[in-house]
Amino acid sequence: MTTPRALLVVEAEFRFYRRNWRGTVITTWLRPILFLLAMGVGLGSLIDQDLDQALGGAGYLAFLAPGLMAASAMQTAIAESAWPVRVGIKWRKNYWAQISTPITTNDLLAGLMIWIVIRLIFVSVAFAVIIWLFGAVSLSNGLAAVPAAVLTGTAFASPMAALAAWFEEDAPMIAMFRFTIIPLFLFSGAFFPIDQLPEYFGALAVLSPAWHGVELCRWIAAGTPTAISPWLETLYLVTWTGAGWWAAARQLRKRLNL
Amino acid sequence: MVESLVVGRGLSKKFGKFTAVDSIDFHIQRGEAFGFLGPNGAGKSSTMRMIGAVSPPTSGFLRVLGMDPMVDGIKIRGRLGVVPQEDNLDRELSVYENLLTYGRYFNMSRPDIDRRAAELLDFVQLTERRKDQVEPLSGGMKRRLIIARGLINEPDMVILDEPTTGLDPQARHVVWDRLYQLKREGVTLVITTHYMDEAEQLCDRLVVMDKGRIVAEGSPRELIKRYSTKDVLEMRFEAEARHIAMPIIEEVAKRTENLPDKVMIYTGDAEATVAELGGRGVRPISTLIRRSTLEDVFLRLTGRQLIE
Repeated sequence: MTTPRALLVVEAEFRFYRRNWRGTVITTWLRPILFLLAMGVGLGSLIDQDLDQALGGAGYLAFLAPGLMAASAMQTAIAESAWPVRVGIKWRKNYWAQISTPITTNDLLAGLMIWIVIRLIFVSVAFAVIIWLFGAVSLSNGLAAVPAAVLTGTAFASPMAALAAWFEEDAPMIAMFRFTIIPLFLFSGAFFPIDQLPEYFGALAVLSPAWHGVELCRWIAAGTPTAISPWLETLYLVTWTGAGWWAAARQLRKRLNL
Repeated sequence: MVESLVVGRGLSKKFGKFTAVDSIDFHIQRGEAFGFLGPNGAGKSSTMRMIGAVSPPTSGFLRVLGMDPMVDGIKIRGRLGVVPQEDNLDRELSVYENLLTYGRYFNMSRPDIDRRAAELLDFVQLTERRKDQVEPLSGGMKRRLIIARGLINEPDMVILDEPTTGLDPQARHVVWDRLYQLKREGVTLVITTHYMDEAEQLCDRLVVMDKGRIVAEGSPRELIKRYSTKDVLEMRFEAEARHIAMPIIEEVAKRTENLPDKVMIYTGDAEATVAELGGRGVRPISTLIRRSTLEDVFLRLTGRQLIE
């Protein structure tokens, strides 16, 4: 029986992950719980006293939870794409070993993306369970938003893979992480509606796939209407995923098949 | 007729304006151990990456196992064994898991990999380390594991890029012994090296590369016969004495190389030359008589030493 080559890459990722899964437990379970406790329950109790109407009247936790699901998917996707690509090319160098076998750079990328989708499904389902336990949304609504969260993740994963392959040195990549990931997370619309932001800043937030993912998750899980149409939000995320994939394939080829 | 596994004609590789491989012609036959000998930066690794179907040639003709690497790269790589210069083992996995992971890239079944891994670990003398992590292994052991990994798919041809660079002398000899064994089993080996002793020991035939070009081709013995003399005298002098001795040496010897630390004198009969130079008053601090090596061939062809 022959297994498609991209799945052989996934298999290798899984074998590697089995040795290193412990660290991911904290980010999968503990981080969302901490955020929900601090922001949703703690800060939310203050907000709900007078600002409830601005958020749709369902309480801050119900506003925050689905958005945070998308924003967390973004964070997972970035970590699971940028570093493995970097490490595969420069540190663990496993990409070089892999391409000397029948595996191609396209297989490496497809394998990486499949693996990220698996991780995103796992993380987002865990998130849906947590927010259900917090009483923020029903379990079925939370689970229904999982595909939107996964798509939010892929919209970041493939462009990040392209950037990670493109950077010559580690330092600029680390700087990028430091200065862009946190703003992307904070101003994704997960914590507050982005129309609260100064105009030009808000425009930047609109360009980021994160906001579209947050809108989509909130629409599915909490029934809040999206600013644009859900289909256009979806299309926007698909476009980022596809464009990023194209760029990543190109960069990996340039890097490895030189 | 002997079958050619690799044929290159006018093969070139450029990186921007830099020409790494400059229109080389060569062919590698089934069952032989073929070497690319040359100093660092001669274009050996670039040539190997083209043969390994991971780097597209800039121009020229290349066939590997009868196929075009640009078209059938996946098929070619499926039948090659690659031993890279750089250690890219998975350090966090065990010795066995490294072989398993790599074998799966060739779509081998688990039982096939297990059978093959057992044979190969035995072959590279790592059976006892099967379950150990890779990281604490010595350089020589890692190198042997990379060789075993490259053999997992029972390749038609194994390409080894600088197989013993960075190893201590003892570890090098163990690796050579294993490669020699492979050769005896009829496995086609393609080796790059900047060690002339490695090329002499392992290669049936080789090309000497310098600055991206092939400057000579033949068996180690043919090359020595063609480009050097039977014997070599290495003489060391005090600065003053050297000055006086040089004109006499140049008169007596067929060919000399005036290196910073010594004078190399090429001769068919070392004993006679030593006697003659002595008779004419040449007084070196030390004299070493040795056979010609590929190092001498390289010096003759390029005016430079292999390891500088």
